[in-house]
Amino acid sequence: MLKLILNRLVLAVLTLVAVCTLVFAVTEALPGDVCTAFLGRNAQGVRLENCRSQRELDKPAIERFATWSYGVVSEGDLGRSLKRNKSINIMVGSRMRNTLLLATTAALIGIPLAILLGVLAALRRDRRTDVGISTGAIFAMTLPEFVTATLLIYIFAIQLHWFPAVTTVRHNAPLLDFLPNIVLPVITLTLVMSAHILRMVRSAMIDVMASDFVQMAQLKGVPHWRIVFRHALPNAMLPAINIIALTIAWLLGGVVIIEQVFNYPGIGTLMISAIYDRDLPLVQAIALVLAAIYVGVNLLADLASLVLNPRLRTARG
Amino acid sequence: MTSDTHTPVARPSRARQVWRSMRRSRAAMVSLSILLLHLLLAVFAPWLTPWDWTAQDGYNMLQGPSAQHWFGTDNMGRDIFSRTLMGGREALKVTLLGTLLAMGWGSLTGISLGLLGGRLDEWLMRAVDALLAIPWLLFLLLIISTVGQQSWVLILTLGFFYGIAVIRVARGATLDFVARDFVMAARVRGESNWTIVRQELLPNVLDTLLVEGGMRWAWMLLAFSSLSFLGFGVVPPTPDWGLMIADTRGIISIAPWATLFPALALSSLIISINLSADAFGKAMGLDRAKAPV
Repeated sequence: MLKLILNRLVLAVLTLVAVCTLVFAVTEALPGDVCTAFLGRNAQGVRLENCRSQRELDKPAIERFATWSYGVVSEGDLGRSLKRNKSINIMVGSRMRNTLLLATTAALIGIPLAILLGVLAALRRDRRTDVGISTGAIFAMTLPEFVTATLLIYIFAIQLHWFPAVTTVRHNAPLLDFLPNIVLPVITLTLVMSAHILRMVRSAMIDVMASDFVQMAQLKGVPHWRIVFRHALPNAMLPAINIIALTIAWLLGGVVIIEQVFNYPGIGTLMISAIYDRDLPLVQAIALVLAAIYVGVNLLADLASLVLNPRLRTARG
Repeated sequence: MTSDTHTPVARPSRARQVWRSMRRSRAAMVSLSILLLHLLLAVFAPWLTPWDWTAQDGYNMLQGPSAQHWFGTDNMGRDIFSRTLMGGREALKVTLLGTLLAMGWGSLTGISLGLLGGRLDEWLMRAVDALLAIPWLLFLLLIISTVGQQSWVLILTLGFFYGIAVIRVARGATLDFVARDFVMAARVRGESNWTIVRQELLPNVLDTLLVEGGMRWAWMLLAFSSLSFLGFGVVPPTPDWGLMIADTRGIISIAPWATLFPALALSSLIISINLSADAFGKAMGLDRAKAPV
């Protein structure tokens, strides 16, 4: 059991190292850097050289990568932004907080809702409730995030004046200031996320409800709700959990778009401006943070399935 | 499964069975028709547009839908109907080619890894898992922002990234068959690995791959229009739905038609692909909901 967890941890760290190396290699291999982005594509001569030497871009790539990695590992220092000459830890920190606020609120609402609706759809399979829920899920899942967001803005911000259309709060404002601004982004994210999870829960639940032990419980006269929530649901969650983790991580891309639409000061808007500016350390840091979230969520899912499924605990490491 | 099922290849009855089962579902027929309509409109759009889709008209800006301009005009006086008709061409071209590329390299790699197994398989699958941990949007934006927004760049990058996920699916489907008798028999006969992949495995995992392909196509379309929306996809003045929505959403309170019609076109295309793939999978007895994104 301990060996299994250790194994996963080592793999997670290796994945992060691989992602960082790859992002660095790609940004190095692509033409242009922060100075050409800043001074214009055709800049040359002394100004360009000054700009580069100020930012230590004239040093060999390997050396820069080594310095950066050393900073991350020894002090947790993600470096300095080349464009804005600020500490990346501070820049990323407050925006990460805002993105996490958005994501966790959506997850706290979306995941229980999705499980509930998924179970309901499975129990009423192919009847009107199921068709309604499943069709709704397909719509919520397939509409591009920016279309959903734009429609929500049109209805709730412009026609009804209920919520603000864009966020005007600064990135380092206290959390409570985000309250009316966050409603529409949270709804958008919740819609997309819960649709994915709902479909998986529904299909896993249908499989489990047809299994022998559920029939056995029904024959024994166990109350219906008890069969559903005590016997079937935990077993249905097993296959669903890893996929839920994958979905959440994959939705990080969607968060970027949603933040952009609502002008929400999170990690996604920062990422897009970092890419525009070719601000390499900032891009690196954001890639590292996003990959860490992905790996972390997957790790949690692995642990959760260990808890749910005792059989895995004795399996080979 | 008997050991002499050597010809699961193109049994005509199988295709007819799937088709008959799809015919019975109204949702499948509706979505297939919408998809077909989209493809036809995209192909023939240049001959169908009533106006020049780039022509600006300073006297007819922000007009609502009328007999002359069915979908109204935008803030430069351009005809929204003509632009919406043209707006799916680039997206369809890039995503169709990108999906072909992704399915091609992804499934070949996946099937081969499933067949060969061993240490190579183990290490490469670890690499695939690591690659899936990369924030895909970050990479796409990085590459496109520096290499350029030409179609071939988008096709290659989207095709490459979406192929990684296909490897997993193809390998998983292959693993169900490699231990079967007919693959064993082919090995004993001394067939080469390439022949086994082509003759024995590919026909058997084709169902899964086709459904996967439909799904990938829908996701890729979503990604492409998101890139366009962010300004990293189609270069103006080429009309594109994602770009049109991005350009006009600032004026949505005065000219909602300029945003809503492209949004409707894009949504109906993506949903029809998804529902078609769903129905196709159901007709072939595959459960698509359990596939990871």
